[in-house]
Amino acid sequence: MSKADDIRRLMRTEGAAVAANAQGFNEGRYASVAELDDYEGLKAEARAIKEDAIERLPELLDQLRESVESNGGTMYVAEDAADANDYIRSVVADRDADRVVKSKSMTSEEIEVNEALAADGVDVVETDLGEWVLQLADEAPSHIVAPAIHKSREAIADLFAERFDTDEPLETAEDLTHFARERLGEQIVDAQVGLTGANFLTADTGSMALVTSEGNARKTVAATDTHVAVAGVEKVVPTVEDLRPFVELIGRSGTGQDITSYVSLLTPPVDTPVVDFTDDETPLSAFDADREFHLVLIDNGRMGMREDDQLRETLYCIRCSACSNSCANFQSVGGHAFGGETYSGGIATGWEAGIEGYDTAAEFNDLCTGCTRCVNACPVGIDIPWINTVVRDRINRRDDEAAEWLVDGLTPDEEDEGAPLQKRFFGNFETVAKLGSLTAPVSNWLAKTDASRWAMDLALGIDPRRELPEFQRETLVDWFAGRESRVADPTRRVVLYPDLYTNHVQVERGKAAVRVLEALSVDVVVPPVPSSGRAPYSQGMVATATDHAERVSDALAPHLDDGRDVVVVEPSDHAMFTREYARLVDEEPFARLSANSYEILEYVYGLLENGADESAVRSGDGAEIAYHSHCQQRTLGLETYTVGVLERLGYDVATTDVECCGMAGSFGYKSDYYELSMDVGERLRDQLVADDVRDRPVVASGTSCLEQIDSLLERQPRHPVELLVE
Amino acid sequence: MSTSALTQFEAALDELGASATHVERDAFGDHVEELLDPPAVGVTLEETLGDDALSLDGTSVSVDPTPVELREATTGVTAATLGIADYGSVVLTPTTRGSELVSLFVDRHVVVVRASDVVDDMKTAVDTLAVEFRETGGSAIVATGPSATADMGELVQGAHGPREVHVVVVEDE
Ligand code: SF4
Repeated sequence: MSKADDIRRLMRTEGAAVAANAQGFNEGRYASVAELDDYEGLKAEARAIKEDAIERLPELLDQLRESVESNGGTMYVAEDAADANDYIRSVVADRDADRVVKSKSMTSEEIEVNEALAADGVDVVETDLGEWVLQLADEAPSHIVAPAIHKSREAIADLFAERFDTDEPLETAEDLTHFARERLGEQIVDAQVGLTGANFLTADTGSMALVTSEGNARKTVAATDTHVAVAGVEKVVPTVEDLRPFVELIGRSGTGQDITSYVSLLTPPVDTPVVDFTDDETPLSAFDADREFHLVLIDNGRMGMREDDQLRETLYCIRCSACSNSCANFQSVGGHAFGGETYSGGIATGWEAGIEGYDTAAEFNDLCTGCTRCVNACPVGIDIPWINTVVRDRINRRDDEAAEWLVDGLTPDEEDEGAPLQKRFFGNFETVAKLGSLTAPVSNWLAKTDASRWAMDLALGIDPRRELPEFQRETLVDWFAGRESRVADPTRRVVLYPDLYTNHVQVERGKAAVRVLEALSVDVVVPPVPSSGRAPYSQGMVATATDHAERVSDALAPHLDDGRDVVVVEPSDHAMFTREYARLVDEEPFARLSANSYEILEYVYGLLENGADESAVRSGDGAEIAYHSHCQQRTLGLETYTVGVLERLGYDVATTDVECCGMAGSFGYKSDYYELSMDVGERLRDQLVADDVRDRPVVASGTSCLEQIDSLLERQPRHPVELLVE
Repeated sequence: MSTSALTQFEAALDELGASATHVERDAFGDHVEELLDPPAVGVTLEETLGDDALSLDGTSVSVDPTPVELREATTGVTAATLGIADYGSVVLTPTTRGSELVSLFVDRHVVVVRASDVVDDMKTAVDTLAVEFRETGGSAIVATGPSATADMGELVQGAHGPREVHVVVVEDE
């Protein structure tokens, strides 16, 4: 089945259940972290602990081994899955066990230990209710924390009815839970080996933290005489004290619980007596706590990731799932599409690339659009979009697809036949736009013909249902060059950055920006400046993006020298200057450019706050308006300025709160992803047609958002700066 | 412990759907009796709480039960070494007497904590445990509210662990 078919099928079959759950978790996260006194401080602390731990990993592993051994346990470091499974099989065989009960562990899924043990004739029982459902259904997890979110209550009821002969039909979630609890309870007390994961391990004491809600992990350990814990080597932290920020952040970041029901802090082997659950004579205290403990740590590519400057951050991940839940695409398709062999969601690209390899990562890496909504949600501050970009770049370079002459001729880039055709087309949109303007309106007419749409779909994967941008013959730069700036005694001086879309397509919003700035006594110049590199960056063409970044930085430098501020209309380009360029240009020019760049409404806000004459721009007069901010703009905390300006000017502003519009640059144009893009867009549409919003004119800051809203609504959206001019 | 910590502790418990009551030391046994849903089992509380007045002797709780008794019990009574005010959590210590089994294999968990052991926040609790772990190699369960799952399509309380949690806060001497 093709990728597109697969995505469509999953949206149809699992989309609704995944969406409801993931969005619920995401809303829960916002509410729960808001209760913390110092959320940002706690995240910074968590990040620092992980940075330090991964830096000192070999030393901490030695210390952990000493601690575990002095507690009476053993520690085994397995090179890969087969090595780990051989060890676990030998432990189970030595114990002569016929049943292993398991609590939820992604690492054990990674090594596929269930299959290895089953091959030895051992009965392996998943005791986490979600995992058990999947074991019965023979399905893979669709979410790293709540593995069965793709299954509705009805689907689980049907599954149980099919697999078990129950006296009464099980209908409610309560019935189903009770049934599972009873059934699994019997199996747990009969098992010899308990297999758990470990969310964290402390080197100083040889303790482990297990974060759970059901109580099955506690039972798995307490009811068996052999405890095997499986975890990646990256789970070690120096001390027990270090657990605190994680304990406070992991549940909030994931499912939005302040804390899960149980955080087990175990220093195994634990003291709980090993009892015979059928004994009705001996008191509990008379049984011995005669228990073995084996800690099985798994490398499986992680030590290599540690050496890799770009993938290293992945090892900080605590698998909380915030980057899944906050992801608009994930909310629509879930982990069966947005995931690899084991891991899912935004960070899965890093895990799967490091553990399974680039083939696996390539299967789903495109689903990260770089919207950055996961960035502030990640409790350890991993730049998840960057990891996706890097892996995409590596995949591009590895895929030896012959670049075609047409696009080669059209698109001189730095990628040296690296990226596939479609990626190079979108990545070199600057060339397309320049040609488009030069030959407009003919280029627009031609592009609209059925024959060209068919060819574009075939060669470039551009979905024919999308309207293409219409290039303007007169660019913003041309228009500006033909007029005299008319500010006599300016309060500030700016260079307005002519981003690709404002310059070639949405020229009107650029003109509006110039007029508003001038009305507020700002001296404006609009020089030709290369495109920001956002387009190639989002295709994983990092070398091309770097080349753009350097040229932009050089082109803007004299204006900065001259004391001008840089004002940007397109939020995704503003985010390049203030965020992404940190990785693309040298420290000093980045620091200067980022400190002096402003999104247009952010700048207007600053002008008004500093005494600019409000009456020089058009007032809202109490008019009602709906505003959709841009994903990257929100990540940078800039939504508030647009809302602030509009409210100050007398607008009644309703805002949307979906994570992304679904268009995300070129993503929504791609034939494979058109339906997904529209599905994500539907959630935005729902908010824009809600009762109190339906009749409001819509404004949006991002080009992609404007295009998406245009296709979702009858109402034509505009950029907010356009409201400010007559 | 401060009065505000206790107030916060109880408010947090309330939000979790767990109940809490206060009792003076000398009324302890009678108070616990009222909270039981029989049959009830328990562990000796004196060793954890370090106070002979906090005994289950004289109640209908079967202290140090057999495994079969445990599995047939509805209520389990154990002690917590700490309460954590800002989360409404209790810290349970698995002991060689089977405290972990009694807290876990029952429908209703009645957990006893001394008012003076209720600390303000998670940081204080983890720091306390860290020192203890390094000294004794101990373990602890930070338990917050009843066991729960959302895996069957909606939130249900009482997954593998107790469905109900009641915290008894004992006023100190
Ligand atoms: S990358 Fe960050 S947000 Fe995503 S699962 Fe890991 S810790 Fe959570």
